Amino acid sequence: MKRYSAFAIAREAFRHHTGWERAWRSPEPKSEYDVIIVGAGGHGLATAYYLGKNFGITNVAVIEKGWLGGGNTGRNTTIIRSNYLQDPSAAIFEKARSLYETMSQDLNYNVMFSPRGVMMLAQTEAEIRGYQRTAHANNLQGVTTEFINPQRVKELCPIIELSGPRYPVLGALWQPRGGTARHDAVAWGYARACSDMGMDIIQQCEVTAITQSRGKVTGVQTSKGAIKTKKLGIVVAGNSGHLADMGGFRLPVESISLQALVSEPIKPCMDVVIMANTVHGYMSQSDKGEMVIGGGTDGYNNFTQRGSFHHLEETVRALIETFPMVSRLKMLRHWGGIVDMTGDRSPIISKTPLGNCFINCGWGTGGFKAIPGSGWAMAELMADGEPRELASAFGLERFQEGRFIDESVAAGVAH
Amino acid sequence: MLLLTCPYCGVEADETELTPGGEAHLTRHGAGSSDDDFETYLFMRKNPKGVHFERWRHAYGCGKWFHAARCTMTLEVFGTYKAQTFEPPKALINNIKKKRPDWEGFVK
Repeated sequence: MKRYSAFAIAREAFRHHTGWERAWRSPEPKSEYDVIIVGAGGHGLATAYYLGKNFGITNVAVIEKGWLGGGNTGRNTTIIRSNYLQDPSAAIFEKARSLYETMSQDLNYNVMFSPRGVMMLAQTEAEIRGYQRTAHANNLQGVTTEFINPQRVKELCPIIELSGPRYPVLGALWQPRGGTARHDAVAWGYARACSDMGMDIIQQCEVTAITQSRGKVTGVQTSKGAIKTKKLGIVVAGNSGHLADMGGFRLPVESISLQALVSEPIKPCMDVVIMANTVHGYMSQSDKGEMVIGGGTDGYNNFTQRGSFHHLEETVRALIETFPMVSRLKMLRHWGGIVDMTGDRSPIISKTPLGNCFINCGWGTGGFKAIPGSGWAMAELMADGEPRELASAFGLERFQEGRFIDESVAAGVAH
Repeated sequence: MLLLTCPYCGVEADETELTPGGEAHLTRHGAGSSDDDFETYLFMRKNPKGVHFERWRHAYGCGKWFHAARCTMTLEVFGTYKAQTFEPPKALINNIKKKRPDWEGFVK
């Protein structure tokens, strides 16, 4: 792999950019691997990357039924934050956020991480108390957040309307080192680095069955033939239940649609990420100038990757209240991603009832921000066969033992 | 926007008039049940790609809970029926089988 650098750009400029090579290979599958990861989204590719980087396991295939990064990795609102209430969540999301800070250098691929700050508005008395509590918890967890007053909110985001027709802005939970990153680049950067380590990323290859013998996984049947493996990692978000079916076990997961939309590009007007959870909309401005907007989930099972109009209306209504200037913006496109929701709204990074088969799922509405931390923890689990500290609280057994990591209210987001 | 007909009051209701209530026909397990059964009742879900039976409440109408059969891949609604039953009506199952020949049928 040729490294990207200022020197490389200069070199290519002198030869009409004919020397750039493909960022990753597209090989045919081998007959056997040490590890197969199903799902070449951010979480799957990050798992493969840290297996190689931290454990030297490089005889790895990442199998993807569509194209890499084409699921929720390409469908989110790119927000990165770690201001969670519960200790296990704060630990893994903060690990992820800190890895994002050095990701561009680490991968030699510009993921455009922009620590511009994330603000969660408090618009009711209950939210003020909730976010003050979260700020205290975060300080104990080593996550830098603070509760700020409305004047500071206005200084940080001049386009905001503080008085609000329904809910005034009473303060905010401010995480200055949160921000955004280029979502596609995260998948592409990991894919390039994995390919460089000799891993095979096999796109357009759908897993149709999981083969097993004596309670242990032995391989997968795919649309490109049978492939043997010693260990299998399932990292397929909304399709997790489908893959679990093939493995012969059930998951405490339901798949629903979460939608987002972007506006036409406009001049820079907002350099922070704002989440308004009471009126329920969140917004940031991409480097292209589009306002990137996220809203609510459907309340029912759905695999269509489409949005629904009444949620659009709710989201846009919330944003017009909060940012009156967006009322005349045209919306360019909207889309839905299929997110996998667990009972306690926390993820699953776990062994499964099937031996040597591991699952990473249940990231629900907040997976993008977690990609590097999730991959790091999943790689530890797959390499050792047992979870280390980061993943230890996220096992499947917690649903039977009642050890929930209840972020359903604590995360401050109406899931 | 889903349109579901409430089997009680007969109104064809918009999704916004209804509240979704999750998977239908769960077997309830309570005190004295095994850990596996209790976990299954509380958390384990079918989450199928395709035909799904679920609970809905006509929240901004007559207020009744009812059941709906729906395809999660296409959002096609096969039908709705009253909640006082342990399994979907035979006629509805036959109707779904005609439309989805590959469907495995209703599994409790």
